[in-house]
Amino acid sequence: MAEVEETLKRIQGQKGVQGIIVANSEGIPIKSTLDNSSTVQYAGLIHQLVMKARSTIRDIDPQNDLTFMRVRSKKNEIMIAPDKDFFLIVI
Amino acid sequence: MAPKRQKSPSRKTVKENLTPSPMEKPDHPDDIYPIVLTTATQELFECCIDEDVTEQSPYKLLEKDDIIQDIKTRAAVSDFHPVKQFVLDYPEDEILLVFDVDFTYGQSFYLVLTPEAKARIYNVLQPPQPEIIVLEDDVSKTPEPKPWISLGSELEVDQESVKETREKLCYKFDLKRRPGLPVCFSDRNSTEAECRSVACPSYQDSRFSIKQMQRDCGMQAVPKLQSSTAQTERAVQRNVFTQYEPRELREKEKENILRSEKLKKFVNSVTPRVLHALQQAHIMNVFTDDFKALGIGAEASDQLVMVSEGLKLQWTFTDEKRAMGKKISSVSWHPTIHGLIAVTFTKKQEEQLDKSTVYINSPAFIVFYGFPDQSNPRLLLECPDDIFAFEFCPSNPNVIVGGCRNGKVVLWDISFHIPHLQGTRPNSKKASDSDSDTDTFDLGNKKENKTPVMSYCAVSSIESSHKSPVTDVQWLPKTFEVTRTGVPVQNISNMSVQVVTCSPDCVMFWDLRVPKLQNQFLADREQDVDQKTMMTPYSIPTTFKHLDRTWKPLFRVSLPKIDTSGEYAPLKFSLEHYTCNSNTGRNTDNENDGAEVLPEYSQLRIPSAKTLKTLDDVITKFYVGTEEGEIVYTDWKLEEDEFGRKFSAKPLLCFRTHAWFVNTMQRSPFFKDILLTTGGWNFAIWKEGVMGGPIFVGPSSEQEYSAACWSLSRSAIFFIGRNDGSIEVWNLLLNTSEPTHVHEHVASTRITCIKPCITASKQHYLAVADNLGVLRVFNVPKALRSPVKNEDLNMQIFFDQENDRLKDYLEWEELWAKPRKEEGESKKQVEPDKPVTFQVDSEEADLKEYSDYLKLEESILEHTGL
Repeated sequence: MAEVEETLKRIQGQKGVQGIIVANSEGIPIKSTLDNSSTVQYAGLIHQLVMKARSTIRDIDPQNDLTFMRVRSKKNEIMIAPDKDFFLIVI
Repeated sequence: MAPKRQKSPSRKTVKENLTPSPMEKPDHPDDIYPIVLTTATQELFECCIDEDVTEQSPYKLLEKDDIIQDIKTRAAVSDFHPVKQFVLDYPEDEILLVFDVDFTYGQSFYLVLTPEAKARIYNVLQPPQPEIIVLEDDVSKTPEPKPWISLGSELEVDQESVKETREKLCYKFDLKRRPGLPVCFSDRNSTEAECRSVACPSYQDSRFSIKQMQRDCGMQAVPKLQSSTAQTERAVQRNVFTQYEPRELREKEKENILRSEKLKKFVNSVTPRVLHALQQAHIMNVFTDDFKALGIGAEASDQLVMVSEGLKLQWTFTDEKRAMGKKISSVSWHPTIHGLIAVTFTKKQEEQLDKSTVYINSPAFIVFYGFPDQSNPRLLLECPDDIFAFEFCPSNPNVIVGGCRNGKVVLWDISFHIPHLQGTRPNSKKASDSDSDTDTFDLGNKKENKTPVMSYCAVSSIESSHKSPVTDVQWLPKTFEVTRTGVPVQNISNMSVQVVTCSPDCVMFWDLRVPKLQNQFLADREQDVDQKTMMTPYSIPTTFKHLDRTWKPLFRVSLPKIDTSGEYAPLKFSLEHYTCNSNTGRNTDNENDGAEVLPEYSQLRIPSAKTLKTLDDVITKFYVGTEEGEIVYTDWKLEEDEFGRKFSAKPLLCFRTHAWFVNTMQRSPFFKDILLTTGGWNFAIWKEGVMGGPIFVGPSSEQEYSAACWSLSRSAIFFIGRNDGSIEVWNLLLNTSEPTHVHEHVASTRITCIKPCITASKQHYLAVADNLGVLRVFNVPKALRSPVKNEDLNMQIFFDQENDRLKDYLEWEELWAKPRKEEGESKKQVEPDKPVTFQVDSEEADLKEYSDYLKLEESILEHTGL
């Protein structure tokens, strides 16, 4: 657990990172550095987005899988790292 | 014979009676010979009276031979004896004997002696009409029946007529009965079947049949109607909603998961990727928009090419009725309503001097024009006198403050006409929307073309107004307000309630709210104010009724001259628009909503100075441009002297930059401390805080500058209007010694005011007003409105450069100031005083020349031995 914390802290300490969220495969946030309402919102919405993207990739090539996603917007960039059971959101 | 005989004497008498009337019946003409015929003679000649010769046929033709024979036989006894000669002479064979019924010639018969007369009488008087009067000519001919012309109708008649083709057959049946046989009589009922009367009914003969070739039949269309009903089941409407909350894991579960191995693995695997991405973001700026960068590049290249397209004239507004012989003194765009521009007219200076004795009652108006109607103004605001300056309130665009020629300050409230101004011509809408009495509305609506006129709400009191025309009016921003001594304090109402006016006698600060001294007087007035008066288009809104005619300024700032006595005569001023941050954090949402509601100015009270927080960082100093071309920098806070009286401090700076009236002072919309002033023949740029003078002075031009304004979208561009009606476009980044572009003769006379405007639809307009009362609106071309890349930055650099240059110059001047002064004193006896006015024209070449000249003089002096 301490390792996990440390790694997350490392990421958080990078320049330009506003917050990170760890959520499970259903989109329920487990750990977050943002306030609760934002966390829940981000987790729910991004979960759907990740599902959609993943299914898209799988449809095109069943052997393929989604490894990383970057959503760039005017104000900030959202990085999503999905996995089988969890996914990590970095803003 | 006997009756005849009897008649004759009576006849004779009758005849004698008749002779006096000769007109009708001629008496015995020559060829008529009355004769008496005896019965025997009558029988002989077959002319017996009433047998052969009657009244109807009185003529009898007698054979001449017969008459002669008669005469021969009876000789003298013959009745014809007296006419023997005539008869013998008679050419024809037959002689007419006429039975004279009416005894017209005296006898019962007369003989016609000449054949002509005979012919005449006999032919004319054909039977059946017996014509007794001989000489009557008119004969009425009875129409003779014409012979019948057959046109074929008799054939048709024959066809149609029913004629018997054969004779009717008649059968007679007879039963021979032997009479005498016994007879048996019995009764029989006629209705009984066997003894019905024998009839011969008709039957259809089968030998031939007539085929019916034609049959009449009729048709009628009858709509088939069917009524049916249906009923739908109406579902009961029920509000259904669901609310969900996000699923969250309980603390315990969270901890469990956190501890799990899976999470560890996940994090370890994911981290490198994330770090990689973050590194990338760190290296390169992820947020540059390449397209945008490209776009600016293209436009920048355009800039290098000379501005080919100029200002395009979009609209020209003139109003002949009100603009006759007047010049436009001030122009202002409406801050919120697109396309609405307000203009004030004033009489020209020369006119006023000539006719100062004669009072010409030409009412002054503020005229509102709206696109695209070029000749009919949208709204007229009545003014007590010519308005020289006016401005819309920034927080409430329905309130307008203006300054008059006679020194008064006037307020208008146009909130009533806003729906009219926003639409095109919703006159009828106005009537339907409002709930006032319709009579006055009908009056207004009948004249569709009449522009609504609104009178002013409030005017300042005469004794406390300015003594000379008010030349500049500005609203204080809503971020702060000032107290009676000029100390800036916090403005809790968050709207502009204070106005600063200036005129050549002094600068005054005014407040729109009810001053607290008048509270007790207004206690009874409050009831009037609270009543909701009906708003008709001709009534004055009561928004500022509390101020009307009693409005006094908060305080007065006079500008005493620095070195000499007397005061400066301010024409225009410019103050720093202070924006404080504390207001924005506090309840901005509420204020935004509240801004929609019209504030009731009469309900506001000026709070006492103690309750409000003093704002220390407001710059209370402001720039004033005077009549003589000086720019004065002074503080508006009143200071106390030893007696506790308030007075205005001496201004801090005064520079005589311009040669004549300062007509424009405007802060740059991009840099809060940069000020543009124009006056006389040149313009100057000042920076707030720099005490040495203007950081840049433009070159003097041949033409007088009469108006100027910064461009709203480009920080380096400003427009200057000239006396000859041209507009100069200056771009300080391109060329500082001459205008980038001159639009010659945009107006026909001196330009009095230029104001730019950016509308919501990204249209850039430039309103140009001239001396003839014509307002022209130009479309600013793309080149002049889209900023160049890094323009703001470059301008900042430019201003800093100029600032440094000024500093250097001032230092240089200081160095030279002392020796120059000494030289100047020594030369006092030789030459008249050189005017030691320090020209702020920072041309180093000129000064060098001067110093050279001084050296030369020194040498001359030495030569002469002084």
